[in-house]
Amino acid sequence: MSRLAARPGERIDRSRVVTFTYDGKPVEAFAGDTIGSALYASGRRVFSRSFKYHRPRGLACCSGHCANCQMTVDGVPSVRVCTTPVRQGAVVKGQNFVGSLDRDLMQVTDKLGGPFTPPGFYYKTFIRPRKLWPVYEKFLRGAAGLGPLDPRGERTERVEVEHRHVDVAVLGGGQAGLEAAIEAAARGESVVVVDEGPDVGGALLADRDGIGTAARLRQRAVDAGVELLAPAIAIGLFEQGLVPVAYGNLLLKFRARRVVVASGIVEQPLVFPGNDLVGVMLPDGVRRLVNYWSIKPAERAVVLTVDDRGLQAAADLESAGVEVARVVDFREREPSSIEAQGRKGHVAQIAIDGHWVTCDLVVMSGSPQPNYKLLAQAGARVEFDAGKGVFVPTDLPAHVEAVGAVTGDVGEPAVPSPILGHGGDKCFVCFCEDQTAKDLKYAIAEGFDSIELSKRYTTVTMGPCQGRLCHVNSIRVYGKATGLDENTVGTTTARPPYTPVSMGLVAGYPHEPAKRTSLHHRHKDLGARMMWTGAWRRPHSYGPDAGEEAQGVHRGAGLIDVSTLGKILVKGPEAGAFLDRVYPNRFSDLKPGRIRYGVLTTDSGRIMDDGTVARLDDDTFYVTTTSTGADSVYQWFTWWNAVWFMDVQFVQVTGALAAINVAGPNARTLMERLTDADMSNEGFAYLDAKHLRVAGVPSLGLRIGFVGELGYELHLPSPHAEHVWDALLEQGADLGVAPFGLEPQRILRLEKGHVIVSQDTDSESNLLEAAMPWIVKSDKPDFVGKWAVEQVAERGLKWMLVGFESPTGKLPVEGGQVVVDGRSAGRVTSVRRSLELDKVIGLAVVPVHLAVDGGRFDVQVDGQPVPMTVHLGAFFDPEGARLKA
Amino acid sequence: MSMLVTCPNCGPREVPELRCAGETTKRPKETPSVRELNEYIYFRDGVWGVQREWWYCRSCEDWFLAERHTYTNEVERTWHPEPAA
Repeated sequence: MSRLAARPGERIDRSRVVTFTYDGKPVEAFAGDTIGSALYASGRRVFSRSFKYHRPRGLACCSGHCANCQMTVDGVPSVRVCTTPVRQGAVVKGQNFVGSLDRDLMQVTDKLGGPFTPPGFYYKTFIRPRKLWPVYEKFLRGAAGLGPLDPRGERTERVEVEHRHVDVAVLGGGQAGLEAAIEAAARGESVVVVDEGPDVGGALLADRDGIGTAARLRQRAVDAGVELLAPAIAIGLFEQGLVPVAYGNLLLKFRARRVVVASGIVEQPLVFPGNDLVGVMLPDGVRRLVNYWSIKPAERAVVLTVDDRGLQAAADLESAGVEVARVVDFREREPSSIEAQGRKGHVAQIAIDGHWVTCDLVVMSGSPQPNYKLLAQAGARVEFDAGKGVFVPTDLPAHVEAVGAVTGDVGEPAVPSPILGHGGDKCFVCFCEDQTAKDLKYAIAEGFDSIELSKRYTTVTMGPCQGRLCHVNSIRVYGKATGLDENTVGTTTARPPYTPVSMGLVAGYPHEPAKRTSLHHRHKDLGARMMWTGAWRRPHSYGPDAGEEAQGVHRGAGLIDVSTLGKILVKGPEAGAFLDRVYPNRFSDLKPGRIRYGVLTTDSGRIMDDGTVARLDDDTFYVTTTSTGADSVYQWFTWWNAVWFMDVQFVQVTGALAAINVAGPNARTLMERLTDADMSNEGFAYLDAKHLRVAGVPSLGLRIGFVGELGYELHLPSPHAEHVWDALLEQGADLGVAPFGLEPQRILRLEKGHVIVSQDTDSESNLLEAAMPWIVKSDKPDFVGKWAVEQVAERGLKWMLVGFESPTGKLPVEGGQVVVDGRSAGRVTSVRRSLELDKVIGLAVVPVHLAVDGGRFDVQVDGQPVPMTVHLGAFFDPEGARLKA
Repeated sequence: MSMLVTCPNCGPREVPELRCAGETTKRPKETPSVRELNEYIYFRDGVWGVQREWWYCRSCEDWFLAERHTYTNEVERTWHPEPAA
């Protein structure tokens, strides 16, 4: 155990013991510990295995910056344990090794891999022979990487998203951030402080006296009403003050009038051979271990530093009883060479100018780099300050401020050489991706001579630390190798996320809103098999055989719930004139009480939606749309009228009204039992619209025939839908009346050759090629889509949507290829077997020269061409005698 | 896009509550030539700078016009269209 006796200012509460397990063995910790500090106190030094070479890695920053301490906690992979507070009973495991963290069999890659694993080695070493790639890939995927995800992909966490508004969001809760927050709160502003550490305090928490200052500032902030979130991660800084914050299982989307970035600095490593050994740490990491968690980190230490931070670490180490063997202050003189050597991956000695010093801890304090990532994401520029050796943000966008060390206020550090001394094999620049200075030079020699290209090739800065510990060093190594200065090399683009966040958090709580009609429970009670149609849940069929269900409609009568149809009232003195402009055909001459079919097209001639238009009186039209078109047609109408300003109003009544289609030879008899209205063929003719009471409920009846039989579409107030549905089934018991679902309806409409928009048409379909030329009234001066239709007519038709039969009885799939002379020449859009006709029938897009009765083409069925015959017009009741009976 | 847009009816709203229908277009007054028609249907200016565009508010189900800077996403002005005088 390396825990010290109680020290003033320590964070841990020794009276409260918390126990968790590491690799199945219990580990005792104190409240206030993080999993990382507790493991370190228990003697653990190796925390992870590196990405490519499986080199052992230990704690380095203790601030959540680097990726050295990533473990699997309670099944969640790649958790930074240095900032994760201990939890009673937590199950912690190491990751990315074969064997154990301390004895990883994969470490052989470090010994053998070097010459075989240059940047891009996937595409070089392992590319031949080509057919072996799947074998290589399987091995490589297993060998490199981070923690495994649960392959079953079960979602274990419930994630919530909250939208919040504040006056000021302070990102970073160090001294500068807390002071800015307190000041803003004193002015009466609402303030939130977001900090990625286990608590607010930032760099103060590494300092023995600072811990007390942090506690006092924290209390003042709380008293002033500041909301403190820690540990919490500001994922990004987007336009207009949008800051998404990962806070446990919450994604908080803050919208702030003003954003204050106080993200401090990120301590940078020095680049020398062996700089990644276990026991080579950054100063704040060491200081946190000592001051925050009262841990003696080592026995004998060497300190390399460019500024006072290394000296402070040295003082703290001495206070903890650690012997500080050597302090090298770069401000006095930079050593001409540095090289660290390890034993079993743990630092054992370091040579400074060739003199070896035995040690088990090296503190390296490289440049204090302002943590400008969020500012850069928001659009700030960054410039290299050659005097300080760091990049400094400039040109902050509006409503974004920076305070504290992130502004570049980092004292007067020495500027270390990009690579110290003569370099060597294992001078790591990017710890996450295992990229050395040599790898970067290799990439440059191969011609990746822009920093953005080189980044993508070597993957430097693309690991879990998101460049925080390697961005500056990679640019400086790059500059040295190319002879360019840092500003010319430039930085790579800063992008969200600031640090890795789980996909589940970004995806939020899974919402799959389902729309149900007012008859939903009737369908469930009747045993309907439900299916998704867009957001709607609708009955697929009620029995096992959809074909028989369709035939039942031809024999007696059927009921289908068509409440999902879009329904829009169009009303006003210019309603008819409006519809004339927006539809290809004419509605102003439609008589009240009559119905006309309508197809909407865009100005590009594309078919958008279809439905029926009934004129209820001089000023009022009742428009139905497809089930998915309710919103888009409403928006289409209102948009055109925002341009035209005609005297017409639109009311969306889709949800207010239910609709039931009563169809079949017995439909009239059934209706007569439920209404006093005149249902005779003269009193209520085909394409008549009529107000009537059905089972006492005021309804609008539309006599139309999508399914090809005598039919009445009843539109009635949703709350009464169940009452009418029940009455229809009850009164129709002796007439063979039964409910039918969507699948039987698809068979029935196909027997009539009726088109379903977006099933039989797509974004290329126009009215002429969808075989609806009769709908175009070209004598109108203008309508939406008129010019495009005229152009299609002028250039000549290429395709045509036609009906077809399958003489062999073989059933192609929808989307199946139409083949003419051995070449792909169209596709099947709909196909079904009709029991009524005892035939396989369908619709297909074919070359226009085949669009004649009896035209022949092949369709690929199970890889074989199968002959089909064109059939123009309806397959069933082509004269419409049953429809108009 | 993740900015706030002020609906003239509903006030400032998050973008997901609205629908951007793209830059405004000029529909030809007379029967256009093939080129004019294609320009109207397919060609957009795609400016870097302030662009006038159509927006739809899903809350009040109303259309409005906005002037948005395409790079900063700052919306300088929103208003309901007026009939041409």
